[in-house]
Parts: sequence; structure tokens; C-alpha cells
Amino acid sequence: MSDTLLSVRGVETYYGNIRALAGVDIDVKRGEIACLIGANGAGKSTLMMTICGDPQARAGTITFEGEDITRLPTHRIARLRIAQSPEGRRIFPRMTVYENLQMGASLDNLKYFDEDVEKIFTLFPRLKERQAQRGGTLSGGEQQMLSIGRALMARPKLLLLDEPSLGLAPLIVKQIFDAIKILNKEQGLTVFLVEQNAFAALKLSNRGYVMVNGKVTMSGTGMELLANPEVRAAYLEGGRH
Amino acid sequence: MEYFIQQLVNGLTLGSIYGLIAIGYTMVYGIIGMINFAHGDIFMLGGFAALIIFLVLTSVFVGLPTVLLLLLMMAAAMLTAALWNWTIEKVAYRPLRGSFRLAPLITAIGMSITLSNFVQVTQGPRNKPIPPLVSSVYNVFGISISLKQIVIVVLTTVLLTVFWYVVNKTALGRAQRATEQDRKMAALLGIDVDRTISITFIMGAGLAAVAGTMYLMYYGVVVFTDGFIPGVKAFTAAVLGGIGSLPGAVIGGLLIGLIESLWSAYFTIDYKDVATFSILAIVLIFKPSGIFGRPEVEKV
Ligand SMILES: Nc1ncnc2c1ncn2[C@@H]1O[C@H](COP(=O)(O)OP(=O)(O)O)[C@@H](O)[C@H]1O
Ligand SMILES: [Mg+2]
Repeated sequence: MSDTLLSVRGVETYYGNIRALAGVDIDVKRGEIACLIGANGAGKSTLMMTICGDPQARAGTITFEGEDITRLPTHRIARLRIAQSPEGRRIFPRMTVYENLQMGASLDNLKYFDEDVEKIFTLFPRLKERQAQRGGTLSGGEQQMLSIGRALMARPKLLLLDEPSLGLAPLIVKQIFDAIKILNKEQGLTVFLVEQNAFAALKLSNRGYVMVNGKVTMSGTGMELLANPEVRAAYLEGGRH
Repeated sequence: MEYFIQQLVNGLTLGSIYGLIAIGYTMVYGIIGMINFAHGDIFMLGGFAALIIFLVLTSVFVGLPTVLLLLLMMAAAMLTAALWNWTIEKVAYRPLRGSFRLAPLITAIGMSITLSNFVQVTQGPRNKPIPPLVSSVYNVFGISISLKQIVIVVLTTVLLTVFWYVVNKTALGRAQRATEQDRKMAALLGIDVDRTISITFIMGAGLAAVAGTMYLMYYGVVVFTDGFIPGVKAFTAAVLGGIGSLPGAVIGGLLIGLIESLWSAYFTIDYKDVATFSILAIVLIFKPSGIFGRPEVEKV
């Protein structure tokens, strides 16, 4: 058995008649951090959601641990331990921080909740202070931490993060990227992340992909892409570092 | 003064029934953003199921204890109503999820007509009476309180407590609230959204069925049109309380019950329904979000 955890092959996704993904190939290996960079509207979020079956791919296949998940409904995909912190964070606004975390632990019926929630509170102490507060009243940074924390509560084998740094102050971005690094190093968590903050993301990642107009145009190790002149010109120089 | 308190007691009883029905409207609206116009008919079906099981049981067994009889009637009503509401959601509403906003509304009205006509055809168009089950009346400081009223208010309180606990403290309730607030995200967390919505229809039907049984017991008759007037009143209660809000449904129900009985007591009884529906119109004009309502949230 190979060490490929997630494999995306020739995936096409449509919104109505508009093709947002035009044949995407991506591999994420067990234990690595992979990232996907690309301009606004390239189709990055669409890929993240297509992996989770919402919307479903119209063509191509997605396999997870060797199993074809292309046609599975979203909740069944989640039950295979693919957790996502989606674009826009999608915190349940009228649930408390604590309840949002409980929702993350739905898969195991809260079996490991007490133990896991302590880990989340160690990772993001801010959430502990805010646990009784309603999700909708959190700041952007706190919501991002909650969104990641909630995804982690599912004990994922694969963690999908869609722009965890979007709209956050540099200090909080650093805190979140540090947290991702720790989870990967210490627990061997596999992470697939989408970022506009290309520099930080590529530095963190073992493998990177560049998406343009619904297609992957370049791939390589994080270091290779960082050194690539085209990538530098398009996503790094003059971009947000 | 005694007359006034007497009307409060009557209003509270009626309001309990409306509140139980209103919860079904408000829950379904909360979770899928549509008004289940067939909900009133689900309430009426509950009443009929209770009556039928009563007739069957009393013709087979002699001298069944009233408490047991009532419990079996409620169980039959809940089972029937839940089955119907579950089916309606599955065959008539689910396929229309995600289509234009009016589609499920029109279908719901169609379902309402279908159910009431179905009952009219199978059970006949006339009032179906039931002999009085509980007839004791107590006199407390000049106010007469019937055992029926006590049963209704106590039962409603118990049901609402259980219901509150389920929605706020259990995994099922959390899944329902999550689905209500962000269906896509709930699915990303492994919640089976279709199943959660089905359960919501079943729970709403269960409460309406208990209300139907109590309505039958209170008034002693049921007829195929019973889904309409009490249904619209409960809907008014839900709107008044703030559609989508569970405490709103209960408070709205009690208010409508009180308004109705006070109006009947002090003005003309012929216009009591007009009074209720005027309230619906006034609320919709001046405070469409109701007492506990949030500003409109679009569902997709
Ligand atoms: N729900 C949607 N309906 C229609 N078009 C969409 C929807 N979501 C995204 N798109 C379109 O699909 C393309 C890719 O969007 P997206 O995946 O969000 O890009 P990215 O995350 O890279 O910014 C864009 O052209 C966008 O306008
Ligand atoms: Mg995006």
C-alpha cells in the first residue's frame, strides 16, 4: 500500500454550466503538509468542498485511503475522518464556543470530548476563556481558531484548511501557522491547506500546488516552488508575505 | 374579577394546545425555512387516530382505566401523525429542496388539502363525537377548573420540559440546531442532514398529535376541517412569538389562547377568529419578526 492518503484525479466540478475545476490532479501523502496556492477565483475552495462531496465532482475520481469517495454524501465523507475548516469559517453563530466544539466531536458521540477539548484549549487558550460565548460574537481570529479546533475535535486523518490566515492580524496568523506545524510534527496529522499567503504556506509545506483557472499548473516541494521564478513573480513579490 | 380569572384559565388551556402545535410550525421553519401548511392537518389526523383507537379499544375491552385509554390514544395519534409527516417531508418537500422559494409552499398547501380531503372521504364529513372521558370539575374560590384543563396544562408542561431538554442538551438537539444554523457545515461535521430534518418533522408531528388528542378530549368532537382553524391559529401563534423561535411558539400560543378566550368573554364570540387573524395581520405589518424573532435568514 502506498502512503498516499488522498488522491484527486481528473476532477471537474461545475456550478450550473460553469466549470470551476477543469481536471485537477493532486496527491496528499500521509503525514505531510500540502498546500494549494492560487489567485482569487482560481477554484481552491471549490476543490476543498469537492473533496467533501459538496458540490460533487462531475468527472474524475477522489480516493481516500484507497477508497473511492467521489460519490459519497458529505456526512459519510466526514465520517471517514476528513475534517474541514471551510472558507468563511462557518461557526454556528447561535451556539456557544463549547457547543461548536461538541459539534466537532459528533462522530464519536463525545466519547473523547473531555480529553480532546483540553488539547484544543492548550493549543488555543483563547477559546477556553471564551467557551461560554456565542460563536457569532467572536472576533475573526477567534472564529478561525474555533473553526480549526472544531475540525480537530473530529480526530481527523486529514485536515483541510481553507485560508486560515484570511483577514487576520500577523500575530494571530503566526499563532495559527505554529499550531498547524505542531499538530503535524507532534501528532503526525496530515494537513492540506489553501492559502493566499503563499510565502508562509510554502515555507510550512512539504508539497505545494499552484492552481490557475481550475487547473493545477505547477507542483513541487515547498522549497522548489518558493525558488521558482514564475511563482515568485505571480504570488510572492508584491504579494502579501 | 372571578369571571376574568375564569377566562384566563380557559385561555391558558387553549393556549397550551396552540403552543404545542405552533412548535411544529416553528421547528420546521427553523430547519428548512418553509411553512408546513399541512401541519394543521397533521394535528387533525392525530385527533382522528385518537378517536379511532378509542372506539376500537372501548368496543373490544370493557372498563379500561381512563389513564391507560388516554395514553394509548396519544400513542396512536403520535404514531399516525409522525408517519404521515415523515412521509410528506420525504415525498413532497425533500425533492423540492433547493428549488425556488414558492415551490415547497405551494406543495405544502396541496398536502394540506390532500390530507383534509382524504379524511373527509375515509371518515365522512360530519363531526365525530367522543363521549366525555374526564368530567370532574373543581371549584376553586369561585372559579371552576375542570380536570380536562388540568390534564392539558400539566401534560403540556411535561412535554415542553422534555422537548426543551432534547433540543438544548442532547446530541440530537445539537444536530438539529446546527442543521438549522448552517446545513452545509453540519454535513461537513458528519451530521446526516436528511435524517435530522426527518426527525424534526417526526417530533413536530408528535407534539401536534398530543395536541390533537387533547383537543378531541376538550371539545368532544373532531371533524376533517379541524386542521384549518386551529392550524392557522397555531401558525399565528408561531408568527406572533417569532417564527423559528421555540420559546416564541409557546408564548405565542398562550397569548393567542388568552386573546381568544378574553375576546369571546367580553366581545362577541362570533368574531373570535377574526380577532386572532387580525393579530396575524397586525404582527406581519408592524413586527414581522415577532416577539422573539430574529431578522429574516434566507435558507438555501
Ligand atoms: N456557489 C457558487 N456558485 C457559482 N459559482 C461559484 C460558486 N462558488 C464559486 N464559484 C465560482 O467558481 C470559481 C472558483 O471559485 P472558488 O473555488 O471560490 O475560488 P478560490 O477559492 O480559489 O478563490 C469562481 O469563478 C467563482 O466565482
Ligand atoms: Mg476561496
